[in-house]
Amino acid sequence: MFPSKVTTVEDAVRHLKTGMTLMSGGFQCCGIPETLLKAVSGTDAADLTVITLSTALKGRGTGILIHEGKVRKLYVSHIGSNTETVEKTLNGELECVFVPQGTLAERIRAGGSGLGGILTPTGLGTPIADGKEILTVNGKEYLLELPLHADIAFIHAWKADTMGNLAYHYSARNYNPLMAMAADFVIAEAETIVEAGELGPDEIETPACVVDVVVQGEPVRARWEV
Amino acid sequence: MDAKEKICRRVAKMFRTGDVVNLGFGMPTKVMDYVPKDLDIWFDSENGIMGLGEPPAKGDENHDVINAMGFAASMRLGACCFDSAMSFALIRGGHVDYTVLGAFEVDESGNLANWTIPGKRIAGMGGAMDLVSGSRHVIAAMTHTDRDGNPKIRKKCALPLTGAGVVTQIVTELALIDVTPEGLVLREIAEDTTVDEVRRLTEAPLLIAEPLDVMEW
Repeated sequence: MFPSKVTTVEDAVRHLKTGMTLMSGGFQCCGIPETLLKAVSGTDAADLTVITLSTALKGRGTGILIHEGKVRKLYVSHIGSNTETVEKTLNGELECVFVPQGTLAERIRAGGSGLGGILTPTGLGTPIADGKEILTVNGKEYLLELPLHADIAFIHAWKADTMGNLAYHYSARNYNPLMAMAADFVIAEAETIVEAGELGPDEIETPACVVDVVVQGEPVRARWEV
Repeated sequence: MDAKEKICRRVAKMFRTGDVVNLGFGMPTKVMDYVPKDLDIWFDSENGIMGLGEPPAKGDENHDVINAMGFAASMRLGACCFDSAMSFALIRGGHVDYTVLGAFEVDESGNLANWTIPGKRIAGMGGAMDLVSGSRHVIAAMTHTDRDGNPKIRKKCALPLTGAGVVTQIVTELALIDVTPEGLVLREIAEDTTVDEVRRLTEAPLLIAEPLDVMEW
């Protein structure tokens, strides 16, 4: 029997150190590992590079880290709903690298799958292509986009078992299963933690072998519950 | 009826049973309100839902069912959920029939600019660049002119592009315009305007379809 990976939130976030690259799952306020993100506030981790779809709203999701000034560089697809991220980017406090949403997914997938990059038509003829290699395959042009990998990933799961297997719920999947593959150390917060064996093979989407620790998440707060 | 409602109503008439449709951020999400309820359309939501439904009644929200704007949504019979790689495989892979997006500018080559105004607006492109690169039809749904009355249909986009040569149709409150290899073709015109007025409010040259139809909302 594998030992339980369940630990406290405080113990889990201690792995995040100054200067590290952090991936954080979620789409807007859906499927965000907010218990972990809030707990980072209490640590001295700073100067972070964060890879995330969006910075949600001011003070929500990775917007918490933006608010606390813990982020130096952001790989992100959309910041429009967080005025604070927009301001900090415009005044130069934050370096913001915009990545098209589908390209972000594939770069993370590549980072977790041992691929050297992906070829995509997305962004051809736009500023996103500047400085990137263009390859022609069967007469069609593609941009070469490189893998993304992180030191730590924060994952939001619906259920986790004590071994670290993860299951997701509805559209709270988004980037979570992809990021769980693409970091050296993977921390999952789950809405519910169950005993080993309670999640069946068909329910598990992320295998326990890629998850390092599991913590109990606080109740989820939707955008409309702000 | 205001301009946005006219645009949404006209776009809503394009779809046929079985079409896969992605409605972009902002005004296009309202198109769903005008699609006849008896049409079986697969509404795709980039956050990972095929089979998106209307906003739920207050109290029926599920925090794990949202639309691309982050607001509460519902799922129709047969809907399914998936991660973002699958979501954009569907989008990029040619499995979406129609993408409807707003635009700052469109030009006669079908170039689209809708994601940034350097130094002023830096929201990010979200899924727009992927959507326009993979959908079979890309509809720019937008007011014919900007707030100051300047044409948004240009000879050449001045703003950074979201996609090059991607727009297939433009729908405004005044006109429905096809993007063709020969240039922009005015196919339908609103009842309360004239070809001369549409030409005056459009920077790019317009070819006129025969016959030229009246837009129906």
